[in-house]
Amino acid sequence: MDFLTSARSPWGETVFTHISWSLFWAALVGGLLFLLAHGGYMLFSQHHKRTSEEVDRLERERAGLPAHITRHGFVARAFHWVMAFSMLTLLFTAFLPIVGVRFAWVQWHWMAGLLLTASVLFHIVHATFVLDFWSIWIGPKDIPEFKNEMMRDLGKEVPGSPKPGKYPLGNRLYHLAVLVAGLLVIGSGIVMMWRVRTNLVERNPYLFGDVTWGLTYVMHGLMGVGFVGLVIAHIYFALRPEKLWITKAMLFGTISRREYLEHHDPDRWVA
Amino acid sequence: MPPIRDVMPAFELFQPANVSDALGVLNRHGADAWVMAGGMDTFDWLKDRIKKPKVVVDLGMVNELRGIKDAGGGVEIGAMTTLTTIANDPLVKERFPLLAQAALIVASPQIRNVGTLGGNVSQDARCWYYRAGWPCYRAGGNICYADTPTSINREHAIFNADRCVAVNPSDTAPALIALDASFVIKNGDKERVVPAEEFFIGPGINITRLNSMEPGDLLTAIRLPNTWAGKGHYFEKVRDRQVWDFALVNIAAAINGSASSITDARMVVNGVAATPYRLTAVESFLKGKARDKATADQAADMAVQGAAPLRHNAYKVPLVKALVKRAIRGDAEWTS
Repeated sequence: MDFLTSARSPWGETVFTHISWSLFWAALVGGLLFLLAHGGYMLFSQHHKRTSEEVDRLERERAGLPAHITRHGFVARAFHWVMAFSMLTLLFTAFLPIVGVRFAWVQWHWMAGLLLTASVLFHIVHATFVLDFWSIWIGPKDIPEFKNEMMRDLGKEVPGSPKPGKYPLGNRLYHLAVLVAGLLVIGSGIVMMWRVRTNLVERNPYLFGDVTWGLTYVMHGLMGVGFVGLVIAHIYFALRPEKLWITKAMLFGTISRREYLEHHDPDRWVA
Repeated sequence: MPPIRDVMPAFELFQPANVSDALGVLNRHGADAWVMAGGMDTFDWLKDRIKKPKVVVDLGMVNELRGIKDAGGGVEIGAMTTLTTIANDPLVKERFPLLAQAALIVASPQIRNVGTLGGNVSQDARCWYYRAGWPCYRAGGNICYADTPTSINREHAIFNADRCVAVNPSDTAPALIALDASFVIKNGDKERVVPAEEFFIGPGINITRLNSMEPGDLLTAIRLPNTWAGKGHYFEKVRDRQVWDFALVNIAAAINGSASSITDARMVVNGVAATPYRLTAVESFLKGKARDKATADQAADMAVQGAAPLRHNAYKVPLVKALVKRAIRGDAEWTS
């Protein structure tokens, strides 16, 4: 099976043109298999939560905290849902025609792409100047937390283990994956605007040579199918019972004091 | 242009004798199967070795796909009926002279003797970049070679271009849309009837094909309702030479009413977009208007709104205007 399609350009070069749509099916099936595998593991494994005694003790120690703690302000939530809307529109407009639902998708696709680009630009500014910029990144300091998360997932008791600041390790790893895939898909998508007809830029198919254009299309396609898996995983985790408190915070903005103390290190994320 | 070779690439040839067998072969081979009607489009592709299907299904032996019959409330034309038969058929000439004229003016007499109505409406784009085997959008690539600053695009689209700027080359297609025809398509034991206008699709919907046929589909017949039978019909084709050439622009119009008041109209131009381009704004405007110069002038201006010519085809804008004026006046000699 070929993962990429190629063609012979008028100048006799063999150039990549697109990804094979088999990769879309692979991403879809892979995402669903991960969902089944993880769901099955969580159902039958000895996955451990923190003990309620530990959380009770923390609540007693931090009784002065408010009952509800803001996790996501209105602006951050608005960004998240605008981005989610644009991302789902991008995925549906890109892949519904592949599965046989025919409609004029290109215009909707690039308009959703511009919405995504604008929302991401806004997010970069907002996260840099308003939010705690470094709270979403991972580094060597997170290795003990990662180790203990793994131990708990494997069924080991890890009392008093380190907890994350504002964002759990899974959030931060996911953000990193989305950041890499997102910047690549947005970057390639923006230059592809010079290949389609819009009222925004003057078409210039000679902006790059055939080889570079081919790689641009391949990159856009690879990151696009990557997002199929990433979005499946994101929606799955958002709907998992033990993660619903995070999802509710993305809807309503706050978490309870107990959730704050159970899942976060108050010294790393000061409420 | 690629060198035309004498020997076509190898394929498995099926020559079914009836529709049922043809549908069976098409279902068995799906996207690997190439349906051949008269062969006028097919042989170009195969001899140029641009398309290399694994299976060719030659419909030449399927006699039940040929013929024209009065189907009560209209006329049904088998998809394999030749263009010459249609152009000369008394029933078609009496009720739908628009279609007879369109069929009569396709290509050359030799081609019309072999070419079929189904083949004429299903033929692929004639963009030479695409036909030459260049890896353009329509061929599965990622560029339109006809829409670059240095392209030769005199014959290409002025409306609704979406990445690809190829046009629909059919002469009969605009006539069938103007006459509100419907296309009967079978796939296995299922049958669907598609309005002519919906049969044709643009690159926004599927950039690799000009119509909505899917693997396994077989166009079996075209039905013409009597709605526009005997009304005012007008067809005109403008081409570089007067025989064996595709339209630069053609127009098909069916107009009901009198000289002093048009009650209803359908007007379609082809050679200007990837699908036959129906002038719906003009049709609405014409209702209640007289068939005179003032109406024609206004309608002509309306017809070209939204046109976006390429480097070499701006001439199509005044050409469309002139054809619209002449269709409304019903006079091919009328030029002012």
